[in-house]
Amino acid sequence: MDALDPVLLSRLQFALTALYHFLFVPLTLGMSFILAIMESTYVMTGREIWRDMTRFWGKLFGINFAMGVATGITMEFQFGTNWAYYSHYVGDIFGVPLAIEGLMAFFLESTFVGLFFFGWNRLSKLQHLGVTWLVALGSNLSALWILIANGWMQNPVGAQFNYQTMRMEVTSMADVIFNPVAQAKFVHTVSAGYVVGSVFVLAISAFYLLRGRHLAFAKRSLAVAASFGLASALSVVVLGDESGYLTTHNQKMKLAAIEAEWHTEQAPASFTVFGIPDSKAQETRYALRVPWVLGLIATRSTDEQVLGIDDLVKRSRERVQDGVLAYYALQQLKRHPEDAGAKATFQAYQKDLGYALLLTADGVDPVQATDSDITQAAERTVPRVATLFWSFRIMVALGFLFIFMFAFAFWVSATQRFARYRWFLRLCLYALPLPWISTELGWVVAEVGRQPWVIEGVLPTQLAASSISGLQVLGSLLGFVLFYSILAVVDVFLMRRYIVMGPDEVLDKRVIAPEERRSVRAQERRALEEA
Amino acid sequence: MDYETLRLIWWLFLTVLLTGFALMDGFDLGVAAQLLYVARDDEERRVAINSIGPVWDGNQVWFVLGGGAVFAAFPLLYAVAFSGFYAAMFLVLVTFIVRPVGFDFRNKLQAPVWRETWDRILSVAAIVAALLFGVAVGNLFLGVPFSFDENLRMHYDGGLLGLVRPFPLLCGAASLAMLLMHGAAYLRLKTDGRVAARARHTLLTASLFLFLLLVAGGFWVGQIEGYAPVGVPQGDGPSNPLLQHVARAAGAWLGNYSSHPWMMAAPALALVSALAAAAAGWRKWDVAAFVASSLAVAGTIFTAGFSLFPFLLPSDVAPSQSLTIWDASSSQHTLFIMVVAVLIFLPVILVYTGWVFRVLRGKVTAAYIRENDRSLY
Repeated sequence: MDALDPVLLSRLQFALTALYHFLFVPLTLGMSFILAIMESTYVMTGREIWRDMTRFWGKLFGINFAMGVATGITMEFQFGTNWAYYSHYVGDIFGVPLAIEGLMAFFLESTFVGLFFFGWNRLSKLQHLGVTWLVALGSNLSALWILIANGWMQNPVGAQFNYQTMRMEVTSMADVIFNPVAQAKFVHTVSAGYVVGSVFVLAISAFYLLRGRHLAFAKRSLAVAASFGLASALSVVVLGDESGYLTTHNQKMKLAAIEAEWHTEQAPASFTVFGIPDSKAQETRYALRVPWVLGLIATRSTDEQVLGIDDLVKRSRERVQDGVLAYYALQQLKRHPEDAGAKATFQAYQKDLGYALLLTADGVDPVQATDSDITQAAERTVPRVATLFWSFRIMVALGFLFIFMFAFAFWVSATQRFARYRWFLRLCLYALPLPWISTELGWVVAEVGRQPWVIEGVLPTQLAASSISGLQVLGSLLGFVLFYSILAVVDVFLMRRYIVMGPDEVLDKRVIAPEERRSVRAQERRALEEA
Repeated sequence: MDYETLRLIWWLFLTVLLTGFALMDGFDLGVAAQLLYVARDDEERRVAINSIGPVWDGNQVWFVLGGGAVFAAFPLLYAVAFSGFYAAMFLVLVTFIVRPVGFDFRNKLQAPVWRETWDRILSVAAIVAALLFGVAVGNLFLGVPFSFDENLRMHYDGGLLGLVRPFPLLCGAASLAMLLMHGAAYLRLKTDGRVAARARHTLLTASLFLFLLLVAGGFWVGQIEGYAPVGVPQGDGPSNPLLQHVARAAGAWLGNYSSHPWMMAAPALALVSALAAAAAGWRKWDVAAFVASSLAVAGTIFTAGFSLFPFLLPSDVAPSQSLTIWDASSSQHTLFIMVVAVLIFLPVILVYTGWVFRVLRGKVTAAYIRENDRSLY
């Protein structure tokens, strides 16, 4: 493959910037609710320590929030800069949730977050609490609309191709908004965010407990994280299951690839716990199978089949053939818009037009496609099986691990046995990176599993890119890598510094003498130089 | 609602959103752009930065929303403008990425090197962004080199340097002057002492510059070969830029003003308000200066909008494929849904934004910074 292929580079850039952005978003989602819970406790009990907790965790939230805002704009921009044909082809539908996200959610979150940080002395207790809840509400609503947009890419309902404008157009906005895939995705994703926030608070609280610092502060924070985390981790798994069930019906190929289900089994299908998927041989070596389980999870029945990759490729082949008919009719309509016969043919087969575009993506004119071209196109509808198989398994294993971890933390916290379970506190601290691994893998499963489509069954990724030169994309890609790496270093440096400083110093509880302040500056300079 | 009306409404919304962006995020950019001039030591810098500290994030959403609205209402414009201006967009992005982290990270360490570095980054980013916006608008008047194939796949033959032409540079200068003026007017309201005194200098200089640049731009536009639709455009036709015809003629951009003389109100407002802002700044009428500055910003943006109407983005290599509000919009259904969404949410946004500004009323002073040393930026 050409190293300067603009499509490949654009995909790489989108993946890197999305994965990077998604380091910050889940933490914002989770922390905003944890802050709201802490501040509610403050308002209800009137105890200062809960106010301090809100403010200290709020500082860390702020560092992360800035990164989330900064890297989010990139995502919006890239649809236009790198995926211009996509923007034209589906902007009529896809643009709507993005714009509503701005109107309904992002404005809310961003306007009130300023008051959250700077309004403590200007608002009454209740007013400030309201502001904090609005920030949490705004960030979660934001996720709702983004996932409605993403859900539509996975399951494009409520839209139809218009040959006069050469693009997809909305037929039912209600279908787009109440898309079951989007709804399941939303709850699954925000719950995952709550888990990220909870593990973050849990790990840092465990760190303070291990060091014997800020004990009252850390115990309370840990209690909040454990209980909120437990509820969220349960919700992630349950709704992940719901997502899986919906995938069975809407993205059969994605499901088959995740499960490395090369051939259709007799119902109920067995579940492959481990194994090494081999795309060439179309089999999973060293597979450890549990009978019935996949069939039960995916179809919630004992007699419905889970289609394997081989049968799905056969289906794709039929759809490519139908798509060619639609494509041919479309060419006629371009020349003779009133041709009734062409219109009828187009209407009959237009749902498979996207499959004909798979041929175009291969550089084949669909009208002149040979049998082997069509077979090749159908085979392209299989995503990367090994990547999906493993990403999914690691994600799920971590999901279950979090349930046990939060449950145990909840018990330790309720019985106040922190001293006895130091090993567990250490474990909590080391678990800090895990929720990020699971959320990033979740993104991989969702988006790699959608390939070769950018819009499932409608538009191949290959055709969605802008007509720009590979050199331009390479330039911006390298720019992002450099720029984002610097930001990552700064972000981690600040986070670490504020965590190590701890709540007393960050909130200025301790009086710092001027001479000491000088030493703080010197210390920072040294730390900066080291970094 | 019929398709033609919806497209007109969306043209208006787009102009209003752009004005909202220039008014709200405009003063943030303006303050940051003159940061190194108006504030010389750390305390003054903190006064200036904290004057916008609690509001820059909300204000920046006008920019994000503008992008989202173009995506939803004029997808072809979104596709062509963003991919055509690839390198310029990347630059804009960088300037908008460093702003949130700059504002939030600057105060997190005490070391002067750290703070000075962020101050410079914030300032340069704001100046570059202000210039780029003007250069982009200037290029709309000249047209940019794009064309479509029969599948409406766009081809663009030009790079970043192709955008750097004399007229767009004048627009870039006007945009920078406009935002400096607006930022200065805001600083006059929100700060006191030396910061406010220096902001007065910026206000006077920038508003007079804006006036001169607008006059010069007005004369220049008369000489430019503008664009005009041939025949009556189909207001309710399909959104397909391959179906129309466009002609070029010198001075065509002034055509709307002779056919609709009431549109002259926009340039008149911009010119009078720019002078009024200077006069009010001279007399130290700070509220009046801010109002005048806001009106000048609105007048300037509406002037650009009225001149270009109904064009969104003309093509100089294939003028007949230029994007107009009639051939680059979303479907009637989508435009209608988005009108409803805007009518519901925009008033709500204005109400709570107003409330936040009321809570934050009053000046940010050096004493206030010292009292809240740890909790402020």
